[in-house]
Amino acid sequence: MNAHLKPAPVGGPLLNAVTLTAGVLVAVMLAIVAIRFIYGLGAVTHLNDGYPWGIWIAVDVVIGSAFACGGFSVALLVYIFNRGEYHPLVRPALLASLFGYTLAGVAVIIDLGRWWNVWNIFNPWTVNVHSVMFEVAICITAYIIVMWLEFAPTFFEKFGLTEAKRRLSKVMFLLVALGILLPMMHQSSLGTLLVVAGEQIHPLWQTPLLPALYLLTAIAMGYAVVLFESCLASAGYRRSIELHLLTPLAKVMLGVLLAYLIVRVGDVLVRGALPLAFSLSLEAFFFWLEMALFLLPFFLIGTEEQRRHPARLFLGGIALLLAASLLRLNSFLIAYQTVIGVDTVGVNYRYFPSLAEIMVTVGMFAIEVLGYIIITRRFPVLPRGEVHA
Amino acid sequence: MLDEKTATSLLEAGEEESQRRFGLSRREFLKFCAGLAGTLGLAAGSEIAIARAIETAKRPSVIWLHFQECTGCSESLLRAEHPTLEKLILEVISLDYHETLMAAAGDLAEKARKEAMAAHKGQYLLVVEGAIPTKDGGIYCKIGGHTAQELLAECAADAAAIIAVGSCASWGGMPSTVPSLPGWSSSPTGSAGVAEILGRPVVTIPGCPPNPYNFLATAVHFLTFGTLPATDQLGRPLFAYGRLIHENCERRAHFDAGRFAMAFGDEGHRQGYCLYKLGCKGPETYANCPTLGFGDVGESNWPVGCGHPCIGCTEKGVGFTKPIHTVAKMLNVAPPLHYPRISEEVGQGMSFASAAALAAIAGAAAGGAAMLARNLGLSHQAAEAQKAKQQTAETRAEV
Repeated sequence: MNAHLKPAPVGGPLLNAVTLTAGVLVAVMLAIVAIRFIYGLGAVTHLNDGYPWGIWIAVDVVIGSAFACGGFSVALLVYIFNRGEYHPLVRPALLASLFGYTLAGVAVIIDLGRWWNVWNIFNPWTVNVHSVMFEVAICITAYIIVMWLEFAPTFFEKFGLTEAKRRLSKVMFLLVALGILLPMMHQSSLGTLLVVAGEQIHPLWQTPLLPALYLLTAIAMGYAVVLFESCLASAGYRRSIELHLLTPLAKVMLGVLLAYLIVRVGDVLVRGALPLAFSLSLEAFFFWLEMALFLLPFFLIGTEEQRRHPARLFLGGIALLLAASLLRLNSFLIAYQTVIGVDTVGVNYRYFPSLAEIMVTVGMFAIEVLGYIIITRRFPVLPRGEVHA
Repeated sequence: MLDEKTATSLLEAGEEESQRRFGLSRREFLKFCAGLAGTLGLAAGSEIAIARAIETAKRPSVIWLHFQECTGCSESLLRAEHPTLEKLILEVISLDYHETLMAAAGDLAEKARKEAMAAHKGQYLLVVEGAIPTKDGGIYCKIGGHTAQELLAECAADAAAIIAVGSCASWGGMPSTVPSLPGWSSSPTGSAGVAEILGRPVVTIPGCPPNPYNFLATAVHFLTFGTLPATDQLGRPLFAYGRLIHENCERRAHFDAGRFAMAFGDEGHRQGYCLYKLGCKGPETYANCPTLGFGDVGESNWPVGCGHPCIGCTEKGVGFTKPIHTVAKMLNVAPPLHYPRISEEVGQGMSFASAAALAAIAGAAAGGAAMLARNLGLSHQAAEAQKAKQQTAETRAEV
């Protein structure tokens, strides 16, 4: 590893237009969350018996944690496939993951109707080991802890705790292994949550392969988010872009994406669900939108020449992030057909997020942006790079 | 409950005796006694007293009279399968007169009754099945030349206790129903119940037919303790008739949630919803039908269990009087703490604010991404131009 790639704080002021805006959005979110905890979910959300999960689960938790797969995907590449050249990307990716997952955990608590019972998940006497939800909850919790420990050397370096860093580095191999295993387990289980929902999920999305689809897109999203975040950081901090790393990484991402598309299209064909995609329905429209977004990266960064262009890498990353997010939004909300299996005749449930729900989700992303800026400016995360004049 | 030692000794002691007398294993016999104790709502330990009483007490003489009835009460007793109840009844009691079951006929039968009454004067148990006609001197029901009124008065005089089994004997039941035609103020035969005829209260086991275990438990209580169980003001044992059917009904949750079957075979009926709106009389009828299985074929084998509204057969003024599909009068309404909403909230669509917020976010994100991509493109171009310039300079220098 080259010396100039060793991570270092970016420096600079913490107070600027971006952090101020993010701060205001976070304050709005905190106010809404306070109302939610005092007056209940009904006071701020549009949730109902037909749609017990809204965007706080579908976006904040499911999409939020998938956005946070950068750390896991890069670690997979560096430590499992032994591609050490990508090592400088690990820390910034891990930071984004850390925020994504921690906030996903917080979002679950906000969304739980009776959140004060949540301790039962961690009490061996009350757990239901046959529950998909239990597996997701335990894995996410364990992964959040593992990730903070994985990221801890950054804080140790900042505060000069060399002894603590040395001790932690002895068990780091174990943490890294867990940090790859745990997200693989629960990213796929997020798909299993829908498999157990049975016929309530539209046939274009309901498949026993959902866990595999969720896992493959989570890995691809991990690389996409690194492309996205690296371009954003270099533009925002006026640093040179790590094209020598991002160009091959984009190729890896396309490989995973191709594997996903083969499984996805093959599954739809084998199950005979394809004719439904040609019906005039909201589901069919969103299916094609999702597929188009998944194909877009091949047109944007399909050739080696295109992958050397930072703007194209940035847009390609965004396209994949949107596609995989839409897959999650589609399968959790748009493909969710609540009237089937409900014993009340003639009830057709509807759901569209309330303004308050949207503002909480926006606030969650604002926290991530704010945290990312503060930590990269003050702590050694990003590779030391030459700053543009 | 039984302690282990007593249980073992009881189990071993009478194994052969149980087998011989009741056709039951000792364990089955004790389970039966415990079941009866449970039905009666007796304290733990009383199953031993019951078992000892059934085994050791001298079989009480029972005289069973039939008047205006269909013998359904006797039939339901005989059809009980677990254990074979008729065997048990015949071994527990000495049934000296029962028109359906006794082999004797005619004068021989009447002779047997008179002999038993003389032999067990003041000790026999009198069971009456069927209503007693009173109109025109009671001529509408005669046995051996005597009217039902005369027979009842004769047998009741020296009885130790009287049990009226079935709705007919309890208050007149179906035969006492007044025709809904102009000019009628009583039933065509002027039928009445046992208590009305005798002018004093008797224990009644109403039902059409009643659950055989309610009768048997009452009889065994008499056998064990020498007294009849505590009753309400209508003579019905409280252990069986202390609560409304509605209170323990398996469909009660549907009532509380406002889910009703509106017609036979409709969606709600098929889903097992509450039958109140089909005329179920559970809310005004006292009986233990929902809690004590009928006919030994499973807990759903009672009218409400198999989808028919209760007709209130144990309740005078309800059964055989109110039309079957007339909605019941609520005797007591114990509302749940929270009623579920009657109309389910189905959620709301897009609001102007949320749509505007989403559009603004999407616009800002798209704009930001476009600007960023443009800058990245420009800096890329600049870098490429720089590189190209350098290369030209280098080539020039080389030249």
